[in-house]
Amino acid sequence: MIRFEDVSVTYGDTAAPAISGVDLTVPEGELVLLVGPSGAGKSTLLGTVSGLVPHFTGGTLRGRVTVGGRDTRTHKPRQLADLVGTVGQDPLAHFVTDTVEDELAYGMESLGLAPDVMRRRVEETLDLLGLAELRDRPITTLSGGQRQRVAIGSVLTPHPRVLVLDEPTSALDPAAAEDVLAVLQRLVHDLGTTVLLAEHRLERVVQYADHVILLPGPGQAPVLGSPEQIMAVSPVFPPVVELGRLSGWEPLPLSVRNARRKAAELRERLADRAPAPSPAPAAGPSAPDHGTPVTGSAPETRRPSPAPVAPAAPAAPARSAPARPGFVRSAFARLLRRGTDTAPDQGRSAGTASSGPADASPPGGGPAHAPLASITGLTVRHGRTEALRRVSLTVAPGETVALMGRNGAGKSTLLGSLIGTVEPASGTVLVGGRAPHRTTPRELVRQVGLVPQEPRDLLYADTVAAECAAADNDAGAAPGSCRALVERLLPGPADTTHPRDLSEGQRLALALAVILTGRPPLLLLDEPTRGLDYAAKSRLVGILRSLAAAGHGTVLATHDVELASELADRVVILADGEIVADGPTSQVVVSSPAFAPQVAKVLAPQAWLTVAQVRTALSSDGGDRPA
Amino acid sequence: MSSVPNLPAPSRRTAVRRGPSRRLPPSALRAPAADRSNALHAGAWWLWALGLATAASRTTNPLLLGLLVAVAGYVVAARRTDAPWARSYGAFVALGLAVIGIRLLFSVFLGSPVPGSHVLFTLPEVPLPDWARGVRIGGRVTAEQLLFALYDGGKLATLLICVGAANALASPARLLKSLPGALYEAGVAVVVAMTFAPNMVADVRRLRTARRLRGRPTGGVRAVLQIGLPVLEGALERSIAVAASMDARGYGRTAEVPRSVARLTTVLTLGGLLGVCAGSYALLAAEGAGYGLPVLCAGAVAALAGLWLGGRRSARSRYRPDRWGARAWLVAASGAAVAVVMIRAGVGDPEALRPGVVPPTAPTLPLWPAAGALLGLLPAVVAPAPASAPLPVPAPPPKPTPPSPSSSARAATGDAPEPKETTP
Repeated sequence: MIRFEDVSVTYGDTAAPAISGVDLTVPEGELVLLVGPSGAGKSTLLGTVSGLVPHFTGGTLRGRVTVGGRDTRTHKPRQLADLVGTVGQDPLAHFVTDTVEDELAYGMESLGLAPDVMRRRVEETLDLLGLAELRDRPITTLSGGQRQRVAIGSVLTPHPRVLVLDEPTSALDPAAAEDVLAVLQRLVHDLGTTVLLAEHRLERVVQYADHVILLPGPGQAPVLGSPEQIMAVSPVFPPVVELGRLSGWEPLPLSVRNARRKAAELRERLADRAPAPSPAPAAGPSAPDHGTPVTGSAPETRRPSPAPVAPAAPAAPARSAPARPGFVRSAFARLLRRGTDTAPDQGRSAGTASSGPADASPPGGGPAHAPLASITGLTVRHGRTEALRRVSLTVAPGETVALMGRNGAGKSTLLGSLIGTVEPASGTVLVGGRAPHRTTPRELVRQVGLVPQEPRDLLYADTVAAECAAADNDAGAAPGSCRALVERLLPGPADTTHPRDLSEGQRLALALAVILTGRPPLLLLDEPTRGLDYAAKSRLVGILRSLAAAGHGTVLATHDVELASELADRVVILADGEIVADGPTSQVVVSSPAFAPQVAKVLAPQAWLTVAQVRTALSSDGGDRPA
Repeated sequence: MSSVPNLPAPSRRTAVRRGPSRRLPPSALRAPAADRSNALHAGAWWLWALGLATAASRTTNPLLLGLLVAVAGYVVAARRTDAPWARSYGAFVALGLAVIGIRLLFSVFLGSPVPGSHVLFTLPEVPLPDWARGVRIGGRVTAEQLLFALYDGGKLATLLICVGAANALASPARLLKSLPGALYEAGVAVVVAMTFAPNMVADVRRLRTARRLRGRPTGGVRAVLQIGLPVLEGALERSIAVAASMDARGYGRTAEVPRSVARLTTVLTLGGLLGVCAGSYALLAAEGAGYGLPVLCAGAVAALAGLWLGGRRSARSRYRPDRWGARAWLVAASGAAVAVVMIRAGVGDPEALRPGVVPPTAPTLPLWPAAGALLGLLPAVVAPAPASAPLPVPAPPPKPTPPSPSSSARAATGDAPEPKETTP
């Protein structure tokens, strides 16, 4: 269906081609998955199929790409529109019209289909993707997952024979991702559509693929093979494959189901072991006493974090601080705020022992372990909708909390209320003892930092060096501290690179470094792993763990269950603006089919979360029993 | 407003259609709930609004203008949806008030040719050289000139508010669907270009939030300057992305047309436009009045024929275009009626429509024009009513699939040994 004949693409004046030596055929009616590390040229390869590369992006294409017999060199993208449907990484950039129904019809209108055909297909597609409720809605009011489904629907209606999708599930919550993949599978099975998709979250898609194309690196020739073959050699692989490689299973299982069948023996071996706590054992509270954070390159700028009052307090009791005193405390805090705005905080951040400001520490004899942030009875309204309802949450120093829940459940709003961009309708939010929305940005940035969903928003300057200098200046840090952080997070980008030219992972690292320059005790991350490959993700995990060990509290809103299980001490699940579950990761995540990581599913009922845990347990075994 | 507000939209409609014969006779007379298939034609809204605007342009009577604004405002309040374009009404009202303000300021500082004897105050006058004799800066400010400026500004503001009402009631994209085929593609480009502005506003908001994240103040000139470049870059990138998407989705595909037809189209269109230009010039110039009108007409006909032929090149079809039904006729007619009544009143009794400024007299509300203006309220009754409950902003769709997060989360709290349930 799609033939690549010795294709290579070179952009502009760069010497090295983005992809080269692509010589393969994608058969008709197959779901082919394109995998590879970030920057390996996946999007470029996808672009050549729809003709957008090189007709729209520029660059030089050598060789020949034919889709259904049409050569993309002689056919412009619009002449391939009846044959190829393309959805890019950002659904918003895909929309031409302003309501859902018009958007679904747009492609068919361009092709000149008869009105009754269009009407029928729109109705079918609305049902297929579960969009019927949204048909008259303006697109700008949809949530991320809904937009993704509309984007896919809008290219489905002309019934293209080839569907090209770039990361279709990375913005979606697990359930919505399953829905989208189910739709794709139905298209492949029932209609014989050829689907070519690139995706970083292999755990979601690899079991559905008929073939996998591996792009090992920029400019390297791709390898086409069966999923099992490719996964055995691929530098990117999902946890279930990692587990399979660890235990030496042959052939490599790609789905949880296949892995479970083989895992009986492994379960037996692990039966008498308890998983080591996966996230860096909450050593946080004791560490910051020494004042030198692990990330430290400029420790002198670090304010004494409000944390280290009771070094020995174990993390667990502090986390599940009982709800009742919370109410009392919030009432107290409200009273206090009326009188003296930030008095409790100043008392505490003076760094003295907690005996001084007795009224600021929680009454009722709770552990004298001040939370970095406490939210009590928070309600937030957007217009007439209540985005959050009576939410209470505390974050202790050194603790990592994962916020999960479907698209539009209120995760970003909750983060926004912690950073002060969202004003509470009722209830209190205290970060470092202050109400964030009443604190000036310059003050706040030393208490809490947020890396937004689109890290690019944070970056203004036109070189990495200028960006870092500006960040040092903003935070009042010693010159060079931000640059040192960048080097530590993800070495590589040259000083003169434009932030726009960085890869997703590098950009995230830069944004993270910019935020961390202010050394905020509380770090918030909104969907940090979107567009990151496994290598970048594991680096991120390492960084966040060392930050937690240094006493930083972290709250991350994510759909990535693997990330949450690897990193979080505690998982909070939001649904329709309310907290429906809040507890230690192993308990919340393992018992939930949607939020359980693959390893947990394979090894259930035992509570293992990550491959690393299993590996540690097995190696402590002595390693004398090769599988 | 709607008859059975608790039911979801479709059943509500059936209740309106079938119910009346048996139990709810009055509801048969009420407007149905609006949805895609009975939506009022966008052109009808524009005709209605243009009718009001025409009426407004015929009078400076503040009472009549106020009445027209009230009529437009009431219809907007009764019939607009929650769509983003419907929120523009407030902006147009603000713009109208700004116009009045500016008009008054100009009148105060630059003076006015309106004679008057009621001097309110005198500003120091800037002496100007001889060649600028017609211009005055500062000087006397009379009640008459202010009143005149107020009436004049009020007229302009009312016009703007009428346009705003049309904008709020009719989606621009839907209006586009009624364009002839040859113009459609150009129209899409215009509409996409127009989304540039709201997108940039959203970008500015997002980047200002991001500035806050970096600990910089969000206001002030520096903030705007620093945000400016990224906003422009972002807008440009988005335009390119949208263009790519449109191209990949078949924008600009053309049907095969015989060469001769294509050539004829070009000749007709270009020749027609030339004819229109030449004809209008001749009409305006003193000596060419004789042949001006025929040339103009011939040019217009040729251009229209060219457009029609050009439409054959476009392979597009239309998805559910708005139908022009009885309600559309009524709405358009009500606007036209307002305009006609006002024009006739202007001919019959010009004094009532243009209350005296010199000397200032209290305006009175003339009966017939006022009654005519009230005809403009008809759409608030006949146009289909939008769903009464505003749509929640990002409400997730209900998902019946078993592994939906909420159900599993509930399972989590139930099964797990002791995850803490947060008590609200």
